[in-house]
Amino acid sequence: MSTLDQTAHSSHDHDDHGHGGHHYHQPSTGEILGAMLTFSRDHKIIGLQFLFTTLIMLMVGGALALGVRWQLAFPFQRMPILGDLFFGSQGGVIAPETYTMLFTMHATVMIFLVIIPILAGAFGNFLIPLMIGADDMAFPLLNALSYWAMLPAIFFFGLSFFYGGGPAGGWTSYPTLSALQTAAPGSGAAQTCWLLAVTLVGVSSMMGSVNYMTTIINMRAPGMTLFRMPLTIWAMFITAILQAFALPVLTAAGFMLLSDRSFGTCFFVPAGIVVNNAAPTVGGGQTLLWQHLFWFYSHPAVYIMLLPAMGMVSDVMSCMARKPIFGYKPMVYSLAAIAGLGFIVWGHHMFTSGMNPALGMSFMVSTMMIALPSAVKTFNWLGTLWGGRIQFNTPMLNAIAFISMFVVGGLSGIFMAAVPVDIYFHDTYFIVAHFHYVLFGSTLFGVFAGITFWFPKMFGRMMNETLGKIHFVITFIAFNGAFFPMHLLGIAAFPRRLADPYHYPSLEHLLSLNQFITISAIVMGFAQFILLFNFFSSIFIGKKCGRNPWNANGLEWSAPSPPGHGNFESLPVIYRGPYEYSSPLTEKDYLMQTEYIPKSSQAAVAPTGH
Amino acid sequence: MRRFWPLFFLAWPIIAIVWSWLAPYYGWWFHKPAQSPLGQEIDNLFYLILIIVTTVFVGVNMALVYVLWKFSSTTPGEKGTFTHGSHILEMVWTVTPAGVLLFISLYQMDVWARFRMVQTFDKQALAHPLAEVTARQFEWRIRYPAPGRNFKNKAEIDEWLKHPSPDDVYTVNDLHCPANKKVLIHLRTEDVLHSFFIPDLRVKQDAVPGLVIPVWFEASKRNQYDLICAELCGWGHYKMKGRISAESEADFAKYLHALAQRQADDGVPAKVETKEGEGH
Repeated sequence: MSTLDQTAHSSHDHDDHGHGGHHYHQPSTGEILGAMLTFSRDHKIIGLQFLFTTLIMLMVGGALALGVRWQLAFPFQRMPILGDLFFGSQGGVIAPETYTMLFTMHATVMIFLVIIPILAGAFGNFLIPLMIGADDMAFPLLNALSYWAMLPAIFFFGLSFFYGGGPAGGWTSYPTLSALQTAAPGSGAAQTCWLLAVTLVGVSSMMGSVNYMTTIINMRAPGMTLFRMPLTIWAMFITAILQAFALPVLTAAGFMLLSDRSFGTCFFVPAGIVVNNAAPTVGGGQTLLWQHLFWFYSHPAVYIMLLPAMGMVSDVMSCMARKPIFGYKPMVYSLAAIAGLGFIVWGHHMFTSGMNPALGMSFMVSTMMIALPSAVKTFNWLGTLWGGRIQFNTPMLNAIAFISMFVVGGLSGIFMAAVPVDIYFHDTYFIVAHFHYVLFGSTLFGVFAGITFWFPKMFGRMMNETLGKIHFVITFIAFNGAFFPMHLLGIAAFPRRLADPYHYPSLEHLLSLNQFITISAIVMGFAQFILLFNFFSSIFIGKKCGRNPWNANGLEWSAPSPPGHGNFESLPVIYRGPYEYSSPLTEKDYLMQTEYIPKSSQAAVAPTGH
Repeated sequence: MRRFWPLFFLAWPIIAIVWSWLAPYYGWWFHKPAQSPLGQEIDNLFYLILIIVTTVFVGVNMALVYVLWKFSSTTPGEKGTFTHGSHILEMVWTVTPAGVLLFISLYQMDVWARFRMVQTFDKQALAHPLAEVTARQFEWRIRYPAPGRNFKNKAEIDEWLKHPSPDDVYTVNDLHCPANKKVLIHLRTEDVLHSFFIPDLRVKQDAVPGLVIPVWFEASKRNQYDLICAELCGWGHYKMKGRISAESEADFAKYLHALAQRQADDGVPAKVETKEGEGH
């Protein structure tokens, strides 16, 4: 309680914050866990608060997904135990409106309450000050608020379940289904709650992103030039910029839709629309406007959900291959290129929407081009591994899985980027396969790598390696078992979001493949309990470790594990980039950013420079 | 264990490729080859991309597995190669994929233009729309112009789209059309978004509130095709099922005529109707 709350006093005054006057105190596990229940302004505590919350939400989102999978494998059949518990009034069977709610909320929870906050919220918060040598974020209070804004968001998402069975307009909430209260059982108050919650998530992200940008620009330790920053920090920085520019559009659109629903404005509702025999709308609006505004945020959001994982995987990979990142600057530039192009590709979600077909052509070209920086990154990761000394531990295995899965997700994207082919694949399971390979296959494996890699820094203990590997193997196999066949479903034109597609004669033979997918998904879902068990038990019984258990170079590894309030005992000075593994300047196979080597001995060892 | 992990990462691309190879034999592939000329071109583009993508997939995975196999290490503290990159390699692996991607996107343009740009539409089909299709929760309402009706110009078609004629012919969920002929429908919706999807013909177009969107297709075989709603439209989205029946020109004319007659039938024998026709 005592030291962790000092941020409140000391961060106002940076002169006072050099820790000269303070006694550096390393918190115990109990103190860390205790501080997580308070309104702490310490970035590490806020990061952990985000991490714990999102891990719980991961299980909620997973449970919703298993509901979807149950229905697709055993349509309109009684679900044992859970069905009776939740859908007792429907005979334990998932009704069609419940099914639409399940996939809507699965996507909503996973995107807004897991992927976005676990990357930017959890890892961004925990890592940014530690990796750039700052004692905390630039705005600790704003930082705390960004976490606490998540809780009302979770509350409103939770509340939405109690109105009309829950929101059921898809996570994209296209009007007029989402704009007209009578359009579906879930289009009433549930949709309003949903919009409020999404807005609150946006508020949370915005407070975070302002903080990250300011911190990274202003609070780097001496010697930490921009091009000495780890790629994780570059990725967080670029993500923060993306968020700051894209999010206002979604927030504005959300308020417009709210006012369409609540005050009868018609931004998104054209005239003469008759839903469920209600009176015709007076209208004058454009439904396509919502799609443009929504995707103007949500496409960059795809990169918000990917770039930080790319950064973290780069760090893990360089460390575990004991080799400098191959092409550091091309890696930075390609991150920036993905972010830049990410703003002009949103139309590829709308190829069949009826927007001007000429736009389809230009969005096709920009979308194809965004594959380029992704390809460059992949080749550079392979280059990083080439000639390294690869150590197959849990973080590394998950990082390799990231590349392996990202290649699939990237390549399957090319089919949909091509407009004529997308005519066929749009809204089929091919899309579902594609974005799960990116969001789960890439991002979540990246997150697993990140959790196992930085866990020692969070709690001063190691996670169990055997459990970590078991979790990895089961997840990897079950993941591919669940999502690879979805490509084939998509090629067979199996559409998304249908509660029971099997009454179409051309689709009925796909039931068996769907049952296989469901079994894989159940295995994958339950495998996550291994991760949770490993994570929570290691907090208490993991093997104790020192500052730098991986022999890594990054600045965060020069702080104690776990770092106390203020992070570093003394102000760190940075002499080089974070990827100088196997450098000839030293006997060791790593060379920390803070380690000073006098010029004379540098010249003696490496006359040609590096 | 050092050799286990490279093999682990080798196993999965092999399984993926074998699985995809076998998929058509199990029906996990296109239900049928495209049943329309434009659809066949879309299929060709799909297979072109598939070949490119599979080549890259195999190449990258071979490189990955090779690297994992060759450079794995169990000796702690052993040093790797100290290099920060290669300018030439960066250039090669930037320019090459850029060329391939640009080729793919430019190569696709023509098919897209023919599917969606009204300027390229068949004049005959534009001048003689087959029907107006109105999507609504959860059915497809179809309105044909009266059998044999000829629209004089575009203005008359627009007028017909705004104000139905008394002699229009109505039906639900069952769209008939002549085979081997480009036909055009005007797609609209009464309530929320829907999507007009005929998988076998490779046709998909959203129905957007407030818009009337012309969609053309051509079925090259006399057959029946599924019409699926592909855009979430509410709880009953899954059962919004229609059928396209492509038949010979004569059969279609016969069908439409019979439909018109059935609709005009007020239960009174036809003879009586003509006798009292003057009275109306």
